[in-house]
Amino acid sequence: MHDMSAHAVQHGAPTSFIRKHVFSTDHKVIGKQYYALALAAALVGMVLSWIMRIHLGWGSFAIPGLHLLSSTGAPGNVLTPEYYLQLMTMHGTIMVFFVLTTAPFAAFGNFFLPIQTGAEDMPFPHFNMMSFWVTFAGFLVLVASFFVGDGPTLGGWTQYAPLSAIGSVGGPGEGMGVVFWASSIALFCIGQLLGSLNFITTTLDMRCKGMSLMRLPLSAWAWFITSVMGLTAFAVLMPACILLILDHVAGTSFFVPSNLVINDQVLPHSGGSTLLWQHLFWFFGHPEVYIAIVPGLGIVSHVLITNMRRPMLSHRVLIYSMAALAALSYMVYGHHMFVSGMNPVSALAFSFPTLVITIPSTIVVLIWLGSLYGSKLRINSASLFALGFISMFISGGVSGFFLAQPSIDIMLHATYFVVGHFHLVMGVAAMFGIFAGTYFWFPKMTGRMMNETLGKVHFIMSFIGAYCIFMPFHYLGIAGNVRRYQAFTDDYLIPLIPVHKFITIAALFTGLAQLIFVYNLIYSRLKGAPATDNPWQGTSLEWSTATPPPHNNFGDTMPVVYHDPYQYSVEGASSDFIMQTSPEKVINPKEEK
Amino acid sequence: MATTVHEPPKIELDRLPSQGSGNGGWRNLVPVDGDLRRVKDHAPPPASTGIWVVLASITMSFAAFTSALVVRQGGAQDWRHFSLPPILYLNTLVIIASSVTLEIARRRIAAFMGGVKDRTESPARWLYITLFLGLLFVAGQTFAWVQLKSQGFGLATNVSYSFFYVLTVAHALHLTGGLGGLVRVIGKLNHAVLRRSTLDATSRYWHFMGVLWVYLLFLLWMKL
Repeated sequence: MHDMSAHAVQHGAPTSFIRKHVFSTDHKVIGKQYYALALAAALVGMVLSWIMRIHLGWGSFAIPGLHLLSSTGAPGNVLTPEYYLQLMTMHGTIMVFFVLTTAPFAAFGNFFLPIQTGAEDMPFPHFNMMSFWVTFAGFLVLVASFFVGDGPTLGGWTQYAPLSAIGSVGGPGEGMGVVFWASSIALFCIGQLLGSLNFITTTLDMRCKGMSLMRLPLSAWAWFITSVMGLTAFAVLMPACILLILDHVAGTSFFVPSNLVINDQVLPHSGGSTLLWQHLFWFFGHPEVYIAIVPGLGIVSHVLITNMRRPMLSHRVLIYSMAALAALSYMVYGHHMFVSGMNPVSALAFSFPTLVITIPSTIVVLIWLGSLYGSKLRINSASLFALGFISMFISGGVSGFFLAQPSIDIMLHATYFVVGHFHLVMGVAAMFGIFAGTYFWFPKMTGRMMNETLGKVHFIMSFIGAYCIFMPFHYLGIAGNVRRYQAFTDDYLIPLIPVHKFITIAALFTGLAQLIFVYNLIYSRLKGAPATDNPWQGTSLEWSTATPPPHNNFGDTMPVVYHDPYQYSVEGASSDFIMQTSPEKVINPKEEK
Repeated sequence: MATTVHEPPKIELDRLPSQGSGNGGWRNLVPVDGDLRRVKDHAPPPASTGIWVVLASITMSFAAFTSALVVRQGGAQDWRHFSLPPILYLNTLVIIASSVTLEIARRRIAAFMGGVKDRTESPARWLYITLFLGLLFVAGQTFAWVQLKSQGFGLATNVSYSFFYVLTVAHALHLTGGLGGLVRVIGKLNHAVLRRSTLDATSRYWHFMGVLWVYLLFLLWMKL
């Protein structure tokens, strides 16, 4: 026994502050670092959305201090049209990459995937550390673009060529801002590729005794599937970013066509393909949507099961559906390009799998609803946000049926309808998944409970607020309100301005709710009630170790798994749940055959 | 809320934690009756899985470059064809030779580790030769870039040259990573801490670089 503890110390936690908290190779510290990065990024993205919303509701309103951000972009504290688009681009980029990808996948995945698989750490901890720091560097580069030249890029998070590739001749936000953007995203890709490498190998090779693939919890499955998507998608975006940077700094002509005249100047480029960028971008871009949402599917399932005290109707079908979403996500990317002038036959070819992808999505939703039906769901902040996730996923998903059809999409594509669709299904739903995960796992991550009352207030305000913001977007879209406009001066748009004002108020209200969440997070971290090892009576491996988990996750002995992950309310068992590590024999286990 | 505190499981006291030990595997179900003897204990080392993940990712990146080339060339009026610098063919022989020497090295080291070979012979010799050939390849590629540049054909001269530089430089950068891997393997071998899986993963990466180069040469030869 003496030797064993000596051995544990030998592999023990680092003692210096730098190795322990900054350049740590511990997946749990890296997970928390990713979470902190996502939180900071979300706050930046949210403030940007407030500025944009205020500008859309009250165009001449001077926002105090805005000129400090950019004296040329906001003279007199009012946004210029270009600066509005620059903020919009940064909002989209920060939210999609540094929040929706970072928090549910990299943050929670890093912290909990090794624990849920029964591993001591990821297999390549130095790569894992590098993954975070490269991503962090990417974020710094992106934020730095606010302060270079004429500010950040205005090309939207999709950076369509040729606007994104022509350089500063095009006007503000088309010069160095794009180079910073593409460099930032290339760094982000490297970070996520290193992360995916660790996630995949952890899932395949690091499982503890008894942990077969089908015994992995749904959250672990979701992270695994997401990492496979990330591996292939980010590996395509990075070359695209390199080509875009070269068009800027080396004068190549990958994306800029011949004889393009911008501001009375003929550009020196020749023969570039503007559609090439769209192909490369959306081959990444559509899987990216699922990279943002699939971890949420897993987290929400995991949270709901624990609070329903019974497994989902089918563990396997849920896993297969998530895998089907991932596989199909590569075949549908062309539906983002229906208005690019593509051959109608190609549009049909992309429309078909887009409609097919609604089948696994619907199966997932029906499994949730069927499992929830008749269950005595424990109502807490985590389960409420999980329910909210389902609601947002359905509401945002239904509009996807319309947009999947080229004939309708051509009408709605450039309107607020699409903005409403993706914000609900990918933005708010994924955020609700992050919140559900936060309230659920915060005790395990920090050793303290979050405040439930504040959590419920946060949920109610966010739920009502999010619908008040994004449902009217659909109405605006159907009314023909074009997106990416910074002011509504056309006759048919002026009557819609009151709707925009309502949305702005709703956005500020919802933002306020997020400040409650941040307060709760900080307060609970410092003064929350101490958490026990298994506060929710969960069954998976993260609940069988100490709170917070020791450096090597399970102390001196490695866990052994005897059961499927969700053994709740098993007939004849000694309690209403049997942990995966419990060697207890049960007469009628709820095992998947 | 009711609370149930669970002790950390202490089922298998003889098992000590160790970094990256690979505790799992593909199918190692513990039966409900808890007969641990029926459980397989050894999973493949993560490096053997990890290297395939890395290669898949690199394949995707070069597939993206390839499709960019095909799309860009397909509709181009301005595509300028040119002959590849002849040294590339010599470089191809060098990289193929390096794969052969690495394979010899791998087998000798395996034999050395198994105690079959006489321990007086340095098992790292063929690794050094591979490293030298790898450096020679990079030098040869650099020569090709300098030669083209001196003839006035730069990155932005025409998009065909752009693709030539992008693809060859991207490959050379990946290959440089492989050189780093070889140096690491030699270092570990000299300190007698080399794992078989590290050696295998590095050699798979190196062979893949060779295959990738032959593919790129064929692509460039066809399209440029």
